[in-house]
Amino acid sequence: MATKVNYPLAAGDRGLAEVPATTTSPALALIAGWLVPGAGHLIQGKWIRAILLCVSILAMFAIGVALQGKIYNPNTGEPLDMLGFAGDLGAGLLYFIARLAGWGQAPILVAAADYGTKFIVVAGLLNIVAAVDAHSLASGRKRS
Amino acid sequence: MTISHFSAVLLFSLFTSVVFGITQRTEPKMMVRFGALCFVLFVTGTIAASWLMYTIKH
Repeated sequence: MATKVNYPLAAGDRGLAEVPATTTSPALALIAGWLVPGAGHLIQGKWIRAILLCVSILAMFAIGVALQGKIYNPNTGEPLDMLGFAGDLGAGLLYFIARLAGWGQAPILVAAADYGTKFIVVAGLLNIVAAVDAHSLASGRKRS
Repeated sequence: MTISHFSAVLLFSLFTSVVFGITQRTEPKMMVRFGALCFVLFVTGTIAASWLMYTIKH
């Protein structure tokens, strides 16, 4: 059963919105969206957004790997590596697949590979943004 | 795989703008507009920064 929740509207709007929350659990939408890009939107029936998010994030990650970008490992002791790891981890299952496949472990020798590293990190960060958006939709914090 | 710097800028801007457009606006029309704005700002901002660095060096 849908419940009514009062939340501030998105940027640019004024006042409070009375938004019916969806039947999807917000936590489920968040975790699904983190594990698989776009899955958080897909389980709420927003399949066009899901496809666009999935293609965008998957393509950024794939291009990063194809450019021989680095996949960060945990516990290297370097602060910047830890931040890179946090960004990479945002890609969810893609990160674990890349680690299992041994992608992105070669030393960076060319500028394009450094671009690849940034593509991979940003793909993870964008996936976190998308997962949080799915959570906001499920909780009714975002209108549609 | 190798791509030019400009291709990298275009690809990065395109995919990032799609995600920003979808997640930062509520109505489909506004999503497209915001995504397009992000794309233009990413590309022009990068080109402007490139020329700035070129000018500083020369």
